Amino acid sequence: MSNPDIITLKDVHTYYGASHVLRGMNLRLAPRSCLSLMGRNGMGKSTTIKTIMGIAKPRHGTVTIKGYNSNRWEPYVVAKAGIAYVPEEREIFPNLTVRENLLVAARLSVEGQDNWCLERILDLFPRLSERLNQWGNNLSGGEQQMLTIGRALMTNPDVLLLDEVTEGLAPIVREEIWSVIEAVKREGIATVIVDKNIGKLMMIADHHLVIVRGEVVFSGDSIELSAQTELLHQHLGV
Amino acid sequence: MDWLLFFIQTLNGIQYGLLLFLIASGLSIVFGVMGVINLAHGSFYMIGAYLAFTLSELTGSLFYAILLGIPITMLLGFFVERFFIVHLYHRDHLQQVLLTFGLILIFNELQQILWGGDPHAVPMPAVLTGSFPLSDTLSYPVYRFFLSAVCLGMSIVMYLVLKHTRFGMRIRAGASNRTMIEALGINIRFLYSLVFAIGVALAGVAGMLAAPVETVYPGMGEQILIVSFVVVVIGGIGSIRGAFIGALAIGLADVYGQVFLPDLASVAVYGVMAGVLLLRPSGLFGRGT
Ligand SMILES: Nc1ncnc2c1ncn2[C@@H]1O[C@H](COP(=O)(O)OP(=O)(O)OP(=O)(O)O)[C@@H](O)[C@H]1O
Ligand SMILES: [Mg+2]
Repeated sequence: MSNPDIITLKDVHTYYGASHVLRGMNLRLAPRSCLSLMGRNGMGKSTTIKTIMGIAKPRHGTVTIKGYNSNRWEPYVVAKAGIAYVPEEREIFPNLTVRENLLVAARLSVEGQDNWCLERILDLFPRLSERLNQWGNNLSGGEQQMLTIGRALMTNPDVLLLDEVTEGLAPIVREEIWSVIEAVKREGIATVIVDKNIGKLMMIADHHLVIVRGEVVFSGDSIELSAQTELLHQHLGV
Repeated sequence: MDWLLFFIQTLNGIQYGLLLFLIASGLSIVFGVMGVINLAHGSFYMIGAYLAFTLSELTGSLFYAILLGIPITMLLGFFVERFFIVHLYHRDHLQQVLLTFGLILIFNELQQILWGGDPHAVPMPAVLTGSFPLSDTLSYPVYRFFLSAVCLGMSIVMYLVLKHTRFGMRIRAGASNRTMIEALGINIRFLYSLVFAIGVALAGVAGMLAAPVETVYPGMGEQILIVSFVVVVIGGIGSIRGAFIGALAIGLADVYGQVFLPDLASVAVYGVMAGVLLLRPSGLFGRGT
């Protein structure tokens, strides 16, 4: 049976020790589409992304990637299946140079293509090309964020998971990053985006999920979401 | 004349230091990258030396013994990592010390069963038996030059691999953030196995190379282990550059100590360590805390 979705979560429960964080999470990501995950702090957005990545393991339910059950896949298997991860904490390798931080991630796409070579990443983020030989931890917050996105793209992914990539950045840098996200989307890479900027998400994402305590309380497109004034107010503070 | 003697001792110190580096580098990487204190690392040096003894008797030459010994020690490393060390990655240092100390006992028992308690001499290859004359009365053995050159060559290769290859980049990245390197598609488990096996092979090669100059005896692993730990501590845990400088410092301190301060020879090495730690508590190139 062929499943058109690249990633699905069905009734997924994820725990950290005894604390039950995802409580029946459901999600579908169609190829080339953009999905936003919304919700207040601590509701399980990052945990959803970590569960897709295989960093947090689901205790119940099913995660599938490209039609395969990926519940027990190690993160490197998920990555090799074409899923790239930009973590909330950036996780730059401090003891590698900027160039090495990019090159260490380089791999061909699942189909064997190299769409995102080093040169292209540097075209996308010209500021990084001035810093190529600096250590990863000598960058400004914005540069670090560009580096993590660039590093993820170096894996030539089919899916990009972006966890709060514009958090704590200056407005101009945010704009730069949003325009890169839009370019990535035009390229046909599916994206899962967590962000506080609901206005931007409404413009970019094809579909939105609002998560409350590890469960989806709303699923729909931007028009449907903007009609939910009560929900927007209660769960997103808008 | 005094100067020539000093020169010879310096060469000896460098040779011992380079040999120590081959052992200490593996110890330091396994500690720094995987977070495992491996007390059994000295045993691989001993096993290398005994392999050199047996294999050079079988094949008739130390060269062939080393060629055969490298894959054997690497396989041993894979095996030990897969069956023992793998259980230590998420455990505390006490448990690591207990298990790897147990491995020392096992390796020593195996050594007694296979080779007995007598020391053995390993002949050096015929082409390397001569010595370079330095004056009418003093000369320097060719084999020691060879030993230093091989160790130096291996050190340079190790540096180039770590610094300039994808494999080296991954090891360095994995040392700082295991989860992230995995999330980029790298099988860190396999990488660790490989790194451990290479570390074992390096210690094994050090034992094989040292066999003709040191003689092969029970307990040689523990003796070298302690000195290697001193090197790792001086250099800073996980630092290859530190291990290199630390190894040379300890090699020279040991040799000079025996010649110039014979009464204090046994503590010279620890004196250097204490001095370094007073000035730099996390070692020369340690990351600090
Ligand atoms: N490693 C962990 N160990 C234990 N609990 C954790 C861990 N990581 C997250 N949690 C808890 O799980 C819950 C969900 O966390 P998660 O990071 O998924 O939230 P989030 O929606 O991404 O929030 P934020 O907007 O703050 O990033 C929170 O209550 C958090 O405290
Ligand atoms: Mg989060």
